[in-house]
Amino acid sequence: MSKGRFGIHGGQYIPETLMNAMLELKEAYEKYKDDPEFKRELSEMLNEYAGRPSRLYYAKRMTENLGGPKIYLKREDLNHTGSHKINNVIGQMLLAKRMGKTRVIAETGAGQHGVATATVAAMMGMECEIFMGREDCERQALNVYRMRLLGAKVHPVDAGTATLKDAVSETFREWTSRIDDTHYVLGSVMGPYPFPEMVRDFQAVIGREIREQMLEMEGRLPDVVMACVGGGSNAIGAFYDFIPDREVRLIGCEAAGRGIDTPETAATISTGRVGIFHGMKSYFCQDEFGQIAPVYSISAGLDYPGIGPEHAHLHDVGRAEYVAVTDDEAVGAFEYLSRMEGIIPAIESAHAVAHAMKVAPGMDKDTIIVINLSGRGDKDCAAIARYRGEDLYE
Amino acid sequence: MSNIRKAFENGKAFIAFITCGDPSLEITEKSVIEMEKAGADLIELGIPFSDPTAEGPVIQEANIRALSGGVTTDKIFEMVRRLRKTVRVPMVFMTYANVVFSYGAERFIRTCREIGMDGLILPDIPFEEKAEFDGLCKKYDIDLVSLIAPTSESRIGMIAKEANGFVYCVSSLGVTGSRSEITTDIGAMVKKVKEQKDIPCAVGFGISTPEQARKMAECADGVIVGSAIVKLCAQHGEECVPYIARYVREMKDAVRDIS
Repeated sequence: MSKGRFGIHGGQYIPETLMNAMLELKEAYEKYKDDPEFKRELSEMLNEYAGRPSRLYYAKRMTENLGGPKIYLKREDLNHTGSHKINNVIGQMLLAKRMGKTRVIAETGAGQHGVATATVAAMMGMECEIFMGREDCERQALNVYRMRLLGAKVHPVDAGTATLKDAVSETFREWTSRIDDTHYVLGSVMGPYPFPEMVRDFQAVIGREIREQMLEMEGRLPDVVMACVGGGSNAIGAFYDFIPDREVRLIGCEAAGRGIDTPETAATISTGRVGIFHGMKSYFCQDEFGQIAPVYSISAGLDYPGIGPEHAHLHDVGRAEYVAVTDDEAVGAFEYLSRMEGIIPAIESAHAVAHAMKVAPGMDKDTIIVINLSGRGDKDCAAIARYRGEDLYE
Repeated sequence: MSNIRKAFENGKAFIAFITCGDPSLEITEKSVIEMEKAGADLIELGIPFSDPTAEGPVIQEANIRALSGGVTTDKIFEMVRRLRKTVRVPMVFMTYANVVFSYGAERFIRTCREIGMDGLILPDIPFEEKAEFDGLCKKYDIDLVSLIAPTSESRIGMIAKEANGFVYCVSSLGVTGSRSEITTDIGAMVKKVKEQKDIPCAVGFGISTPEQARKMAECADGVIVGSAIVKLCAQHGEECVPYIARYVREMKDAVRDIS
């Protein structure tokens, strides 16, 4: 079996045409990840450009309202471009530059990763093309404009279900046709090795900061770390540093869509089985003959039929728990956090908030929950208004 | 000797690809029979996959049409069983890893043997991942066909050494589909393969005209055509069989006597 395994998951299931590019990427990553100059530049950009460290905020009103554990919010929504995505983008772009690449391509679902990639490409003077499902382009029209404003070319993808999985497929196809000068800035902890490991490492700053901030504020580690999971980059970023601390519960919140007992769901761990797709072995929503299922979630960023291989492994070995949260619950949490704390969360992150709302009332008051607030919700306001029956368009 | 070798005994080989179930399995079945008569030396049967990442728009759309028509792996196996009562030409499946994996790799590969398939092409299984499938293929005497690409360079030797059946030489970067021009030095790729192993090399991706086929056949043992045939299915639907037969005859005639 190839390298880059998490238990049985992971691997490099990609066309031969891309294999040398993957080996080149792995070599570059191994060469630079511990290079002092690379690390210095990365941390300088994360701090000066992206605005790190992000705050760990004690949600006092929410804590009191739910009447259970102390709730903290890790404010990745306050990063430049409004989500955790920029952590990974900065890392990969610095690497791409060192590899002599002058052009980057990326997939995007909700548009968060696309905007982050277009932003850093503008700042570094690199050519940038973004692939986005046509349906998502319509759901997130403002983000399409943002990417164009930042100088990126946006390609609507009509193939398949015209959502995130098709955008990923199309970006891989594009990469196969132009490799020499092009790096694929994959946006999540998925795809072929070394992506799941590399993206995790670039996102692990979230968990490292949580630990440091928590020790400073409470003098101890949190009892629970919660995050939403599509591909799983913000979740693994928040979890990774705590994996050896077995007393810290790690909970990933998947998108159940209209419910895990309906076909309109994107809850991979709850409804999928092991398969091979998009370069990796992991859990996928699929039919009995291995055809990938057309998944659904109100959140374009969680609307993906697979999950990163490291999450699949953490599930297999029982180190992390994965729960499913419906559209209704997520929308409820979106509104709740807005009114309770004056923070409008991304509809993706609202899935984690919803789960906290569900379990907190039954938990001890002296426990501490950290919710990773992976992104801000401005992009979702029109869609949520429509979900509530208001005739609002951007 | 691998049955696939026989495909390379009638002059330069013409290898035809068709997506099973586009427009229907009945038409696919008739097309295979007619392609054999028209001189196809090897037939690649594509088992449709919902998300074929190595395919261009023509075969992507064929996959969608076939799956919407209700084609499944089991129905394709039944079709092959019927075909093998008369058809002798070597046949291989071309599909994606998940179709095989989710069926149960051993169950899938054992069934390939039982129904008379000769090989399997999985474009998303590179050399590094092949052990998982290759061991089973050897056990059931199915050739797992290796692919090499214009970017393979120093990897060609390692791949060729362990190749079975034939080596699928990908002519250009990108996905499947017609191209006006192929600029890769195919001759150099084939030479690197032959330095390691005496195994037939067939060129695919982007070939649609007899002129291109002739040119490619000059530097390899055969040519593979997919999208151009699938296009005929899309264009003529239920009436496509005679068009496919005529096309295959024309292409085989173009390459047969190339030396």
